Amino acid sequence: MDKRFVYADNAATTKISEDVLNAMMPWLKDGYGNPSSIYAKGREAAAAVGKAREQVAAAIGADAREVFFTSGGSEADNWAIKGTVISLKKKGKNHVVSSKFEHHAALHTLKKESLDLSLCEVNENGVVRTEDIAALIREDTALVTVMYANNEIGTIQPIAEIGAVCRKKGVLFHTDAVQAMGNVPIDVVRQNIDMMALSGHKLHAPKGVGALYIKKGMKLPNLIDGGAQEHGHRAGTENVAGIVGFGKAMEIAAKNIGERAAKVGAMRDKLIAGLLELPRTRLNGDAKLRLPGNVNISFEGIEGESLLLMLDMNGIAASSGSACTSGSLDPSHVLLSIGLPHEVAHGSLRLSINEETTDEDIEYMLKTITAAVLKLRNMSPLWESIVSGDDKKTAKARQNLV
Amino acid sequence: MQYSEKVLEHFSNPQNVGEIPDADGVGEVGSPACGDIMKIFIKVDGNIIKDVKFKTFGCGAAIATSSIATEMIKGKPIEEALKLTNKAVVEALEGLPSVKIHCSVLAEQAVKSAISDYYTRMGIDPGPIIGDIPDPHCII
Repeated sequence: MDKRFVYADNAATTKISEDVLNAMMPWLKDGYGNPSSIYAKGREAAAAVGKAREQVAAAIGADAREVFFTSGGSEADNWAIKGTVISLKKKGKNHVVSSKFEHHAALHTLKKESLDLSLCEVNENGVVRTEDIAALIREDTALVTVMYANNEIGTIQPIAEIGAVCRKKGVLFHTDAVQAMGNVPIDVVRQNIDMMALSGHKLHAPKGVGALYIKKGMKLPNLIDGGAQEHGHRAGTENVAGIVGFGKAMEIAAKNIGERAAKVGAMRDKLIAGLLELPRTRLNGDAKLRLPGNVNISFEGIEGESLLLMLDMNGIAASSGSACTSGSLDPSHVLLSIGLPHEVAHGSLRLSINEETTDEDIEYMLKTITAAVLKLRNMSPLWESIVSGDDKKTAKARQNLV
Repeated sequence: MQYSEKVLEHFSNPQNVGEIPDADGVGEVGSPACGDIMKIFIKVDGNIIKDVKFKTFGCGAAIATSSIATEMIKGKPIEEALKLTNKAVVEALEGLPSVKIHCSVLAEQAVKSAISDYYTRMGIDPGPIIGDIPDPHCII
């Protein structure tokens, strides 16, 4: 099989689709008016933003007035968390419930705010249990924030159940749906979601645009003050072309979720089954409660960054939860949260495919990854000690685990 | 983070990979939890390191530093191999990203550890010659 380029990092970002680009083009050229301006060029831009707002709202079962455009998912998470904390502190509520494997946009924001934080455990399959969340909610709980689907291991959380518990207990519920949107059906009303973060570039729209859904009637203080854009809730001249692209991407994605999930999910399962044929290899995260495009595998005895480099040399773009790829001391907090020992977390590989991935790509990845793992294991003293059964090193490492 | 061409060259085509079954000295440093282990085997004839092989578990930089460090000591007298510093390894690789400097430290320690083992097998106390090889606790 000839060397080919395979992009398997769609959870990091995606390629802008032709349809999205075509929708955006007029607003990058002659449609340069400021949506706040009174003349025709401005009004046209405002109308385009309004249409995109309706497209996004329709894709999540919301009303257009509940969708506020932001610079992306991180801003939306920051806004939801910081805004809620500010408004509820005044009412004496300073407790927030979240989970151990949230995206850093939520986790770092929560840790920075001076609040009383309860982080729910995640089970070994990478799923937060609704009853565990319920047990953590107190009288002074201001907010529950749990991600819709995890960005590393792709596990889908029981959002509707958590939403129902929060609604019953009168606690606000925010979810980061950046990875989930377009891949699973979302209905903010039926799922009792009060706030939800979205991002364009994970769904074939450009980088630098996203949205926060804020349920009608909620009074969320602004994160960015200034002009009267976004009904006075988020200042800054609108990223018109980006917003139009985002609206188009959401509209396209919402159309055929089931069909795409079936096609991509079948390729994902083939990839997982093929990689698990290698000994001492495990799938991270539940096999079923999983985004259709997510594969996260740990190969014992090797380190993720060297695997990524070797795959890159063979044309495959992927990512890893190894410490070496993050520049920090510890491997991914997500992999540690589901109970992986450090040395197994170091050897993880995330492949995120989508509807553009082909059967040939899957075959190529299986062949190339298998060869790379064998090559790296062949030069690994850790692998040698694992297979020889003389596993003192691993035993020692397990003992030393924090 | 950007690797130099030299690092990528040594990573994609590492030199001296393997084991020496009848090695005269074997050194191993690092730990699985930290994400890197280097094991170096040396064959000594007279005072010269006649052959050297390595096995490494770790990132691209760990593999590249092992490869170049073994090249730098191959055919050299032991005293000279002991002078190999992590700085020299970094220079030979045309630089390493700052978060990867610890890989060059591991390479220096792996060489010293193999020579230390050789001295011990010869009935010579390596302590006064080599000094302490610090246990690398996930140094970064």
